[in-house]
Amino acid sequence: MSSTSLRPCGDFRTTYKADQSLFPTKWIFRWSVIGLIVLLCSPLLVDEYIISLLILVGIYGIAALGLNVLVGMTGQISLGHSAFFGFGAFSSAWLNTTTEIPVLITIPLAGLMTTAVGLIFGIPAARIKGLYLAIATLASQFILEDFFARAEWFTGGSSGSVAETAMFFGIPLDTDIRFFYLVLFWTVVSCIAVANLKRSRDGRALVAVRDHYLSAEIMGINLTKYRILAFGISSFFAGLGGALFGHYLGYVSAEGFTIILSIQFLAMIIIGGLGSVPGALMGAVFIVLLPEVMEALVSLVISSAPIFSGLEAGKAYIKEMSIGAAIILFLIFEPDGLAHRCGQIRKSIKLYPFSY
Amino acid sequence: MNWSLLSQLLVNGVVVGMLYGVVAMCFVLIYKSTQVVNFAQGEFLVLGAWVCLWLVVDMEMHFAVAFVFTLVFMTIFGIILQMVVLRPLIGEPIISVIMVTIGLSIFFQSLMNWIFGNAAVAFPPVFETQSVQLFGLNIETAYLFSLVISLIIMLGFFYFFKYSRYGLAMRATAFDQQVAQSLGISVKSVFAMAWAISAVVSGIAGIVIGLVNSVSSALAFIGIKVFPAVILGGLDSIVGAVLGGVIIGMLENTAEFVDGQFLHWGNLYTIAPFYILIIVLMIKPYGLFGTKDIERI
Repeated sequence: MSSTSLRPCGDFRTTYKADQSLFPTKWIFRWSVIGLIVLLCSPLLVDEYIISLLILVGIYGIAALGLNVLVGMTGQISLGHSAFFGFGAFSSAWLNTTTEIPVLITIPLAGLMTTAVGLIFGIPAARIKGLYLAIATLASQFILEDFFARAEWFTGGSSGSVAETAMFFGIPLDTDIRFFYLVLFWTVVSCIAVANLKRSRDGRALVAVRDHYLSAEIMGINLTKYRILAFGISSFFAGLGGALFGHYLGYVSAEGFTIILSIQFLAMIIIGGLGSVPGALMGAVFIVLLPEVMEALVSLVISSAPIFSGLEAGKAYIKEMSIGAAIILFLIFEPDGLAHRCGQIRKSIKLYPFSY
Repeated sequence: MNWSLLSQLLVNGVVVGMLYGVVAMCFVLIYKSTQVVNFAQGEFLVLGAWVCLWLVVDMEMHFAVAFVFTLVFMTIFGIILQMVVLRPLIGEPIISVIMVTIGLSIFFQSLMNWIFGNAAVAFPPVFETQSVQLFGLNIETAYLFSLVISLIIMLGFFYFFKYSRYGLAMRATAFDQQVAQSLGISVKSVFAMAWAISAVVSGIAGIVIGLVNSVSSALAFIGIKVFPAVILGGLDSIVGAVLGGVIIGMLENTAEFVDGQFLHWGNLYTIAPFYILIIVLMIKPYGLFGTKDIERI
């Protein structure tokens, strides 16, 4: 049924090929292409500030995609994702300064280095799961944070390390607009990679481990292998995102990769939708925009009702609180996330006057 | 070897460890009866400490009166929290439950920073004498007070679960919710009670730690330190929580001693418990006293 242009209301696919296609309808493909073209032209359309937000969305989106492979697809909870994100940032800067490999190549190499670390910290996952694993990853977050502060040869210790500007055949990617294209490239590559992983044999094995690990094991899936593999894949994307982040800021310091960032990554995939590729990106957009929206909202309240001018001092706190509140409200009222809600809206538009 | 420093540190370790034990007990109480892992336990502590401090300093109440008022406040807070936030999530997957308590922790942390400020504030002196001599060691009165309070709380827990009607209802619910319900126990009220007790006792611990050190949002880190303690003791064992807390408290002070005297790495004090946590999870995931999870197909 890959030829249909509209999705029927129901699951009427008859072949495995149709079930596993990357773009279930022609229109989803067309919309993706249109979206990509709009993004490619966006430096012409919007100002520099929005471009910088888009870069952040892309970087966080890549890391959130990785976390989604671990949490959404494999069902393992990681509270240490920002430590891997930070490890990627440090290792790209370190590789670049010690071996003088160009930055464009150190970025994926940093991803691979982070994969190795992720595989090591994933070893406990072979024995424990669920809550115990969450606590183990919490410990790995603190251990890696401590490592960042201590390993001066690698991270520059408390003073941090400098990440060189990326060069693209002699063109320095030093402005936001130039760097935006690099981030866009890696975001698209990551999205396609994760979407393809979901359709592959390994991806189905990961989902089987999540849904019922005993049945999965009985069906011949090597639990240990896939649990650790999920950690490896997720830390690859974390390292990739982190490396981009480091070269974007030009400076990497250990203070940026605390547990708060790990929680924000988890918030992204929960708000966006567990196990969904567009969901991870939507979640990243949500978490990046939330502080901006709160800022605008507070200014609006103050300008319309000067009685509340006391809110001005608490702006920073309101922004932090809004993240916590967003997590709680989403879990109570929309546990399936934005991606699910989008599907609902699409359905109700399609079926409009006769929804039953 | 500096023996007097070591013994002083070990005494500190026991005192702080007892407090970890108390907080760990609250954590285990919630986990056991409602299957919720409370990542916001640290914020309960800070909230209790701030409210008591506010009552003492700004409302100019006597410490004992403020203490009682704080307990009442924490009871109501715990019950409301359970009713509004946790009740809709009963039966949801574990990640939702973990994330909702993490969300609570972020929310209350920034709310309290906003209301009470970022700076650490010390309690006005509550005791007449600042320190007493015991067995040749110099022990602060606040430490002694915290030790006594911890012991009272532990005895209270023991009595409550062993002899009181509600404690038995709670144990029954922890054992099997459906059976408990069919015997006429209101599982809803047991859940609310578990959160209320946990909030109250964490509040007490927060006040005591506030007396020993000073009140600031950094106290919330104890809520994280609880994890090594409960994993070491076993996630669903109250005795294990106390023992784990004491062991972790002594261990981190020993780590500080070793670090300060020999290694000079720095920061070993905060990080050593987490290495222990990983090691325990690798070799004995259910801790010292936890029940082993046996799965049947």
